Formats: sequence, structure tokens, C-alpha cells
Amino acid sequence: MRPRRPAPPPPASFCSKYASRRSVLAHGLAFCTVPGAAPLAAQGFAGLGTEASGYAAPDRSPLVFPRDHGAHPAFRIEWWYLTANLTDAAGRDLGLQWTLFRSALRPPDPGAAEASWQVPQIWLAHAAVTTPERHLAAERFARGGVGQAGVRPAPFAAWLDEWRLAAPGADLPPRAPTPGTPLADGSGRAATASSAPPGATSTGAADDPGTTGTSGGDALDRLTVAASAEDFAYDVALTAEGPLVLQGEAGYSVKSPEGQASRYYSQPFYRAEGVLRLPEGDIAVTGRAWLDREWSSQPLADTQDGWDWISLHLDTGEKLMGFRLRDRARAPFTSATHIAPDGTPTPYSDGALTLTPLRTARVAGRDVPVRWRAELPAQGIDVTLSAVNPQAWMGLAFAYWEGPVRIEGSHAGRGYLEMTGYAVE
Amino acid sequence: MLIAARDVTKTYPTADGPLTVLGGVSLTLDRGETLALTGESGSGKSTLLHLLAALDTADAGEIEVAGAALSGLSDAGRAALRREKIGLIFQQFNLIPSLDAGANLAFQARLAGRHDPDWCATLAGRLGLTDVLSRYPEQLSGGQQQRVAIGRALAARPQVLMADEPTGNLDEASSDRVAALMLELVAETGAGLLLVTHSERLAARAGRRLHLSGGRLAGAGTHARGAAE
Amino acid sequence: MTRTALAALLSHWRRRPGQLATLLMGLALATALWSAVQAINAEARASYDRAAGELGLSGLDALVRPGEPLAVVDFVALRRAGWLVSPVLEGRVAVGAGPPVSVLGVDFLSAPPGALPAGLAGLGEGEEPALLFTAPGVAFAAPALAERLRQAAPAGWPEIRADAAVPPGQVLTDIGAAERMLARPGEIDRLLILPDQPRARPPLAEVAPGLVREAGREQGEIARLTSSFHLNLTAFGLLSFAVGLFIVHGAIGLAVEQRRGTVRTLRALGLPTARLVALLLAEVVVLALVAGAAGVALGYVIAAALLPDVAATLRGLYGASVPGVLSFDPGWAAAGLAMALAGALVAAGQGLWRVARLPVLEAARPRAWATVSGRALRRQAGAGAVLLVAGIAAPLVAGGLGAGFALLAGLLLGAALTLPLALSAALALGAARARRPLTQWFWADTRQQLPGLSLALMALMLALAANIGVSTMVGSFRLTFTGWLDQRLAADLYARAGSGAEAEAIRGFAEARGAGLLPTAEVEARLDGAPGTIRGITDHPLYARSWPLLSSAPEVWTRVARGEAALVNEQLARRAGLAPGDPVGLGPGWALPIAGIYSDYGNPRGEAMVALPALQARFPQAVARDFGLVAPAGTGADALRAALVAETPLTEGAVIDQAHVKQISLAVFERTFAVTGALNVLTLAVAGVAMLTALLTLATMRLPQLAPVWALGLTRARLGRLDMARSSLLAALTFAAALPLGLAVAWALLAVVNVEAFGWRLPMHLFPRDWAVLLALSVAAALLAALVPARRLARTPPAAFLKVFADER
Repeated sequence: MRPRRPAPPPPASFCSKYASRRSVLAHGLAFCTVPGAAPLAAQGFAGLGTEASGYAAPDRSPLVFPRDHGAHPAFRIEWWYLTANLTDAAGRDLGLQWTLFRSALRPPDPGAAEASWQVPQIWLAHAAVTTPERHLAAERFARGGVGQAGVRPAPFAAWLDEWRLAAPGADLPPRAPTPGTPLADGSGRAATASSAPPGATSTGAADDPGTTGTSGGDALDRLTVAASAEDFAYDVALTAEGPLVLQGEAGYSVKSPEGQASRYYSQPFYRAEGVLRLPEGDIAVTGRAWLDREWSSQPLADTQDGWDWISLHLDTGEKLMGFRLRDRARAPFTSATHIAPDGTPTPYSDGALTLTPLRTARVAGRDVPVRWRAELPAQGIDVTLSAVNPQAWMGLAFAYWEGPVRIEGSHAGRGYLEMTGYAVE
Repeated sequence: MLIAARDVTKTYPTADGPLTVLGGVSLTLDRGETLALTGESGSGKSTLLHLLAALDTADAGEIEVAGAALSGLSDAGRAALRREKIGLIFQQFNLIPSLDAGANLAFQARLAGRHDPDWCATLAGRLGLTDVLSRYPEQLSGGQQQRVAIGRALAARPQVLMADEPTGNLDEASSDRVAALMLELVAETGAGLLLVTHSERLAARAGRRLHLSGGRLAGAGTHARGAAE
Repeated sequence: MTRTALAALLSHWRRRPGQLATLLMGLALATALWSAVQAINAEARASYDRAAGELGLSGLDALVRPGEPLAVVDFVALRRAGWLVSPVLEGRVAVGAGPPVSVLGVDFLSAPPGALPAGLAGLGEGEEPALLFTAPGVAFAAPALAERLRQAAPAGWPEIRADAAVPPGQVLTDIGAAERMLARPGEIDRLLILPDQPRARPPLAEVAPGLVREAGREQGEIARLTSSFHLNLTAFGLLSFAVGLFIVHGAIGLAVEQRRGTVRTLRALGLPTARLVALLLAEVVVLALVAGAAGVALGYVIAAALLPDVAATLRGLYGASVPGVLSFDPGWAAAGLAMALAGALVAAGQGLWRVARLPVLEAARPRAWATVSGRALRRQAGAGAVLLVAGIAAPLVAGGLGAGFALLAGLLLGAALTLPLALSAALALGAARARRPLTQWFWADTRQQLPGLSLALMALMLALAANIGVSTMVGSFRLTFTGWLDQRLAADLYARAGSGAEAEAIRGFAEARGAGLLPTAEVEARLDGAPGTIRGITDHPLYARSWPLLSSAPEVWTRVARGEAALVNEQLARRAGLAPGDPVGLGPGWALPIAGIYSDYGNPRGEAMVALPALQARFPQAVARDFGLVAPAGTGADALRAALVAETPLTEGAVIDQAHVKQISLAVFERTFAVTGALNVLTLAVAGVAMLTALLTLATMRLPQLAPVWALGLTRARLGRLDMARSSLLAALTFAAALPLGLAVAWALLAVVNVEAFGWRLPMHLFPRDWAVLLALSVAAALLAALVPARRLARTPPAAFLKVFADER
């Protein structure tokens, strides 16, 4: 699967290095359980790579919408990941991130109460705004069983506290679940992606993934995204100008030569318009946004300790998703999807895409590459990516780099870069 | 010349005005010489000894001991002089009660940094102390204590020995024995000896004697040879 | 040279190991008590700082629904509106045979870090977060309780982990586990409003109508409230240290005296004075470090032993949570060593000064140790008198706790300094009245010994006076407190309603049974500007009959019932200088005249009482949840209690009978003064050691004084007995001097220090039986201390006596 969720590259002492409870929880819940957290997996989650742990495994079954916009609690890890390249009236390059993570502590227990504090699901949200001068980031945590966080497929709503990615005007599900009724966010036993039959409300032809994304009227077509923290807030409207895009083989995305995989689809065609509320004042912005949806249960390979991931909006109307999984034992594993302006995806397997660091910057005590060369010869793409703000560091309970980039070379444009697993020196 | 004192004066303040204890005393002591200083109680003989031993400072006059002018010495300098050049024997013995006889005997030599175990053993033997070296002062008789004190004074091989009523606390028999031993050892080491005593018996054993009376030497300037000769 | 000289100086200790032991022990004990008190104080302060720094549960504002628990929907609604709140669920639950356990449930994910168990920080490796957040969960309790719960916890309880930072009697767990343990699914008692809220949020009234915001306890309040308690402990520590220094001063002074000859000889043999003083200084430093290290170690042990009591005190009296386990701080150990060093140098200062100035020629005449001339005695007593006057003047010219302690210090030190002269006068009086020669000798000889013993006797008097003073204070407090409890706890049963429905059930029950009902509600408010509590009460004749009023205006209860007047507790009245008739501010724009002042022992905070309807008019959240029930005639409290539990939804734990409340209150009280008592005993023990060492020291120097008496025909055994009698006499005389001093100290504690420290003044009661015990104890200690030297004297060979004559110079 696409390593969209930064997994630590961690030395074994990684978790203990952060003695604070909050980070321990964060690691324990959101990151130590994440695929790729191999050393931690070896301690607390040994054997999770096997299907015997009770979690569902990604398969090649057709994705069904809007059902699959919702949560899949039978899988260990899942996210709704939105990034936006924005500009203000002065033409400044700005970036926005809104992410909701779901992490299962245990596979759902069919006998357990659906609505309670002790539902074994934890939610985590990240929000960030990047300007050329500053990078502001915040995080929130929530228990899964009480309604503080969740996702409803249609009308679409994903939320944690007042942070929200939802269809405009959509009310949230009941404020707290009534004991005995299944939760709308799916963290109960009501529906799991792998076992439940396609819902009656699914759009498009479930047995024809190729057409899924092209059908109009998807639940994700019109959304607003909002978050607020002590020192920033934003409120942005998103309008899809193209179809959903299934990554990999019809939404089955392979992550390593050994075959680890995830379910993965995107909506890369959002037009964005809204306002960023920053300490210096409110800024009206417009631009492009990209939503990724991914879920899985399997860890990465033991030797994979970090990744570099890009999502590019090229001025030609083309999109490019690519990643490079750094491997201690062998050459990086790369993967890419070229998306034509009409939404037609062309997946590329290991080796087709080359990502080369060109220059590093000192960020939070680490040397992090902030200028890259990205080559996909099959599509005639050879571009240089430069960070809008090299200090786009997400200094949260689990820290990583995520920020907007400018694109030059064979193509121009803007995009997002995410890098994880760069150790402190 | 081991000791050369010229016109030494010492005055103490008292409630009735200053009291002159020594009024211009001059004397000399040569290497190998024994000099007895006699006088009544209060004649100033102990004061003179204290001045010569650098335990106290004179108000006027010059004192030279073992080549050093005392007036030019600091407290530490006087202490060094006492430590290295002078052996002192007190009427009260003044042994260190917490050290045994052996340690007391070797004490000043150690203090002066020239401890010679053989010499200490010889001294102990000559002084008849070999069997009591591990006893503490309180376990010794007066005569034994004073013999330890003599040994202590000689252990560092001082140039000059000064004794203040060394037999004052002893009965006649031990007094004689102790005095004889002391003079014998002084003669052997070639040191000079200044002996302050009111005992005629003891003074008679000295090579030369001076009589102090009212803070002045009787017949000052006379260098009468002792009657013993 | 240095080594030889040092060896000679140190050889003294080898010859007198007892003296060395005395010195080391005195210094070690002094350091130990001082360090122990410091360690306890530091531990408590650190925990206050931790609490203040991390904004634990009590420091945060919270949202409540008056009279009802909140529900999970309230939490979710606030969260979805952007209000960062964190739920708390609390309750008590019976477990096995032991006392009920209080369960504190917080959301481990959203709770402020200060509210979380320290053990949670260690969960990093090998721990599955699933354990924390899913059934059965994990709970944290103090080690003793954790052990008990592991044996006796009901099925389905979370896994219990020991965590010393959790207050005793409490189980801290995730709210998901807590709601099962308390059988209150979906309920929340409070929503803590976390610091660092996002920029813009809708107003509270819009998001959660009906919820009331309760102010958190002010930060630093605990530190303010407890500062007097710590000052108390520190004063005790200093007193112990001072007593210890008396011993050290005596031992070092003696060592210097006894080595005068050696020192003079060393000088004569050519050791420079500066070197000599440096050597003696080095000796003191080394001894101080050795004794200090031992003292610090001992202090740690004492502190660790006392800390649980102190923690209980602080919790009982102030609600301050201090862990019962001591941590080791190198800085504290260094401070203890420094204190030992400073103390030893102070104690040795006089001796060293004398050595430095000792003329090398002074005739080696033996001096009685520390002989003090009559003039010196008078001078010392004069200084003592000045101190006494200054101490007494302190509270007159200045206020505050400092003045109170200045009074105590002036009294104690001044009296100690005048003691030798007083004893000398008493002995002179005895001698003047004596007719028989032996008696005359006895008095005179006792008087002659006085200088040598005076330091030890001063130490003894300080310890005795402190003991009398403190035990009189504690005893008076206990008597007053028990009487006050009887008055104040007039109802037979006390019930707490968890919800409005339960409150209604209690009302209905009381009406049906004909039981008297005294509902009360409490709100946090600012009383005359400082944080405090307002209690709303309903009119009931029981109040007029039993409520402990200290002073009141006419028609007090009628006026209060009509909402026209308020009652305030003594603490508030004293702090704000209020008297009946004065107005008291009860919050913004609300003030009532004071109709009366009531005693409120054990409560450090200000409190006011008003009629419940008047309170509810101002504070809508003031819903009566606490109920006193008076059993109707012919019904026992037990029967009423059983009926109440049977007929209402109240659980066993929610209903407490009067006897139980009293028992709990008295237990808190006893623990509160357990520390004081322990320090008291330790100080007395140090004084006993001082006495023993002083007598032992004197014994070795007394032969010259005793030899003539022996020669004149007294047996050695008789001499020994006389010596014991002499010690008893001195101890008894010292006690006689200590008694009035102790009572003065008690008065100062009750009337000055307590008022300043706690805000209440207590009547003084006298406990003559305690005095008798103390007198017996001190005479016994003196006898015991005299026994060893007396036996030694009785066995002294006649030759030693003879030697005195032989050595006579």
C-alpha cells in the first residue's frame, strides 16, 4: 500500500525516546501499529503481518461506493488524506493538509457492545497549513466508540471533534450512538468492506471497476474541509472536476516485492476555494486538492524504514502519484500511477519511476531532502520538485515532513511531498 | 656560637603597671657547652629560656640561635627553628597523652622530617625505655616520662637543647639518674645545653652557670667556670 | 610534618572512642532529623509543583449539570463544537471486607497529562495500547491497595497495576473501565475544560445549554494552604538540629580542651599555628562529612518512614495529594552534608578560635572543662533575657506566622540561656539550707558540675519544653475537636445523592419515615476575594441546637433561614477580620451581613453558610446532593440506614452513619499529628543522648574532685549513688524549668501560631498526667545516663584516686 501514513524508521528505542504519554499513545495507537513499524511490530505486534491476527486482508474484490468511502474496521489501519496546493491573491504558494487516521487496537469483536468507550478503535487527525514562511500543524485524538470521531459514507462526513471533511450542509450522525444500534461510522460490527455485500446505495457498477470512477454524482464530489487549532484554522470548499481514480490494479496497490498490499483509491481532481485563518489574518485562497483513501492490515517489509511520496498536479491536466520505499537491504521499491486529464489511470510497477534527492535541508535536527528529481520516462516526465517551505515539519506526536512543492522541468505544476523515516543525527 | 643574646629585655603589663622581668640580659652558649641558669622563683630564668627557645619574643635586645636572628623571624619561622634546631625539655614533661612512649620519643624527629629509627632505638636503649615504648604516658612513672621527653628532644639531633627544670617533678634519686643521662647524651651528640633550674645539685653538673636575680645576671659578664670542674 | 601532627591530633580519638562516637552521633542525629524534614518538605513541594505544572484534575475548570450526571452525548456535542473537554467519572465502590475504594475514571486519551498515572509514561515498549482502551482495561493504584485489589477485585475489573503516585485509597483508570466498575454506563460527572482551546468556538450556552462552568481550584492554593504546615515541620527540624548542635558543640569543645596540652606541646615542638588550625579545621570537616553522610542516610530512612503519615496529613487536612514514596535527590543530600558541615564549624568555631589564640607559654595547668565563671553565667543569662523579651515582643510589633515562630524561638532559646544561672541559684539555695556536711558537699559539688552539664541540660530543657508545648497543643486540639465533632455531626446519617432522582428518593424516604432531613448544597465561590465554599442549608431546629457557633448576633438562625444573613467559619472571619454584623462578599454583587461565626476545624479554606433558596437564586447549579437524616424517635440509625439503602437507589457507599464519619475524622486527626509526635520523640531521644554524653565526659574529669571525698571516708559505691542522685536532681530541676516554658510554648502554638497557620484558635487544656510521665521519663533518662559513669566510678581502683594526690601540682 502506499505509505501515506508516516511509519517510523525507528530504532527500537523509538517509542521510549518520547517519554510523554501522549506520544506513547500516539505511537502505540496510530504509529506503532502502522505497517512499516517493523521494530515495534516485533515487540508488541509480532505476527500481525500474517492474516492469523484476526484482521481482514486486502483482496482484489471490486470497490463499492459510497460504501467504501466509509470506515473498514476489520482492517487495521485506514486514512482519509487530503492535501491542497493553494494560492492567495498575491500569488503565494500555500499548502493545506487534513488527515483522519483510524487505527484498530484489535479486530472487531462480534459480541462486544457497539457503542462504548471500549470499542477498540482509535482515531487521530492531523491538520496543517504551509506558507513560504511558516508551517503550522496540529493534531487531535479520539476514541472510536462514542461518536467523537467517525466516517459516514453518504452523505459523506468524516470528522474528529469539530474538524470535518464532509458534504456541505450535511448534519453529522447522532451525537452519540445509542447503545444497541450499529454505529454510523462503522466502527461496530455492522459492515466490513471485505465481508458485507455491496450496499444498495452503491454507485456505479461494482463489478466494473473501470467505470466506477467515471460515474457522476459520487458522494465525494462536493465537500468542505475545516479544522481549527490554537494558532490557525481553515474552511475550504472542494469540488471534484474529474472522477475517482483507482490506484494499482483496480484499487489493489502492491507495496513490496513480497506482495504486501493495500486498498487504495484517490480523488485528485478537486478545485479548492476558501479561507485560511492565520495569525497574520484571514487569507482567501484557491487551488487544487487531492484526496487519498487507503486501508490495509499488513505491515511493510522488515527492512523498509521510510518512504518518499509525491502527488503532482501538472499544468497539462495530468496527475502523477509516486512513491519510493527506502530499504536498508536493497534498492528502493518504487511505484507510480499516471492519471490522464480524463482520469484514466496507468499504474507503473517497481522501477518505472525514479526519485532522486538533489538537496537536503536541516529540519528538526535531521537532514531531509527538500529538492528532488522525479523521472517517469514512460510518460516523458522529468521534473524537479522544490519545497515551498523546506521547514514543513509536522512536529507532532509522531513527526514527519509534509508540504507543498513547485514543479519545473519537462512539466510545470504544483504538488505535495511527504517524507518519513529520516532519523535525527 | 649556638646562642648569642645581647641586652634582652622583657616587660609584662600588670595591673600595677609594667613589670620588667628581664632587664638587659646578655649571654652566649657555645657548641658542646652546658650552661646552667639558676635563680629564685620569679627571677626571670624561665622567661629567658622561653625567649631563647623562640617561644616568646623579647621587647628589646638581640637573640641569635643557631645562626638565626630571632627578631627577623615570623611565627612560622620561629616554629621551624624550634622544630629543627632546638630540643625542649619541660618540667611537666608535656608528652602527648594519646601517643605511646615510642611515638612520643620519635615525635619531634618526625615533625622535623628527619626521623631515624636506629637513633631512636639507641636513645630508647640508653634512656632505659625499651620495655615501655608501647605504654601510654599515663602508664609511666614521672622519671620514665621525663626520659621519654629527653629522648624526644634529642631524637631530631637538635643543635641546642633547652631544659626548664627537667627534674623539678622528680624525686632525688630519679632526678640524679635523669640528669646524668641527659648530660651524657648531650655530650655525645655535641649539642649545646641550656639548663634552667633552681636546683643547686643539678646546676653543679653544668659546665658553666649563670645566676639570674631580679631580671639581671648576677656578675654580668663573668664567665665563671662551674664548681664541678 | 603535617602527617605527624595530624596523627598526633587524631590519636586523641583513638584513645577516646566514646567521645568520637558522641561527636559523630550528635552530628549525625542532628543532620538526620533536619534532613528528614527537608526531604519530606521537598517531596511535598515537588508534588505541588507537579500538580500546578501539569494542571491536574482539580486545577481545571469543569462543566457539570446541576444535580444530574452528564452523558456521553454531552461530551461528544462539546467536542464536535470545538470545545476541548475531557470526561471524568468518579465514585466509590465496596471491595471485599476493606474500606470502599474510590474509583476515578478519566479518558486516557484526552485527559490532561497531570491527571494521568505516571505509570502510563512507561507503556512504550511491549505494551499493547489495546490493554488500556478495551475491556477489561488497566487501572492504577498505590502499591498497598493494588496488592489488596489483586486479591479481592470483583470479576471483570481491570488489571490492577501498582503506581506509587496514585493517592492511597484511589483507583485511577480509563473511563471505559470506570463506568463498568461503578455500574454507571454512559455517565460522566464532570467535563474538564482543557487548556489550549482552538481559536473560535461557539458559546457554551449554545452548545450545551443547562451545563454550568465550575471554577477549578486555584493553582498554588495548595502550596499556600500548606506552607504553614511545612514551616511547622521546618521549625521542628531546626529545633532538632539545634539540640544536636549542643551535643556537637560540647563534644568538640571537650576535645579541644582535652587536647590543650597536646596543642601546646605541638606548638612548642615547632608546629606553626596556622598549620595547627588548618589541621584542626580539616579534622572537623572530615568528621562533619562522615557524620553528615551517616546523618543524611539516616534522615532518608526517617523521612521514608514518616512520609506516609505526612502524606496522609496533607491529604486529610488540605486535600493535597502527595505520593507516599520518597524519591532521592542528590541536591538534598548535598544540602544535608552542607548543613552538617556548617553546624560542625559553628560548634567548633569557639574551640578553634581558642586554639588559634592559645598562648604557647600558658602554664600547663589543668582546667576544668568549660569552666564558666559566675560573671559569664550572668552574661549568658542576660543574653537569654534579651531573647525572651524580643520573642515576646515579636507578635506585638509584627504579625504573621514569622512573628509566631520568632516568639517560639525567643522563648526557647532565651529560656535555655538563662537555665544555667537559674539552676545555679537553685543549687546555691539548696546548699545554703543544707546542714550536714555531706549534704553541703553534695550541693556544692553539684553546682560545681553545672558548667560541664549545662549544655546537655539546656538541650534537655529545649526538648522537654517542646514536648510539653506540642503535646499540650495536640491534646487541646483533640479535646476541642472531638467535642466539636459531636456538635457538628448531629444528624444520624449522611447520604449523598448521585442524581436528582436519588435526591428525590431521599426526600420521599425521609417524609414517609418521618425522619428529619437536612439537605445541603455546596458551590465554589470567592469569599471576600479568596477562593472558598458556600454551603446552602435548609432551616432545621437541629442547627440551632447543635451547630458550633463561636459568636453570633441575635436571632441568628431565623435570619439565616430567611436568607437575610450568612454564617462564616472562623478561618474566613480571622483572615478577613470579620465579626458578626459585618458584611461578607459571597461572589460578584452578592454580600450578606454575618449573623454568626462557627468553628470549622480541619478545614483550611474559607466557608460561608446561607439558606439554600438564597444560594440557589444566585447559583443555579447549587442542587442539594448531601443530606443529613435524623432518625425519628424509636428508630435506630442502623435501622434507618438499612431502610434507606433498601428503599432508595442509593448504594451502601453513599450512606454513612454519624459514628463512621466521626471515626474517619478522628483517624485523619490522629494521622495529622503522627508526624509531630514522631519528631517529638526523636528530639527527646537526642536530648537524652546529649545528657548521657555530657555525664560520661564529666565522669572522666571528676576524679580530682571526688578523690578527697573518697579519702575522707566515702565508699566508691556511695559516691556512685550520689552521682546518680545528682543527675536525677538536675533533670528534675530542669524539668521544673521546662514545664512553665512548655506551657508558654503551648500557648504560643495555640493562640499565635495556629491562628496564623490554620485560621483557628483553640482553648488550652492542661494534661498534668502527661507531665508526670514526662518528668518520670526525664529522671529515668538522667538515671540511665548517670548509671554508666556511676558504675565506672564505683569500680575505679583506689590507685587511680591515689594518683590524683600523687599528681597534685
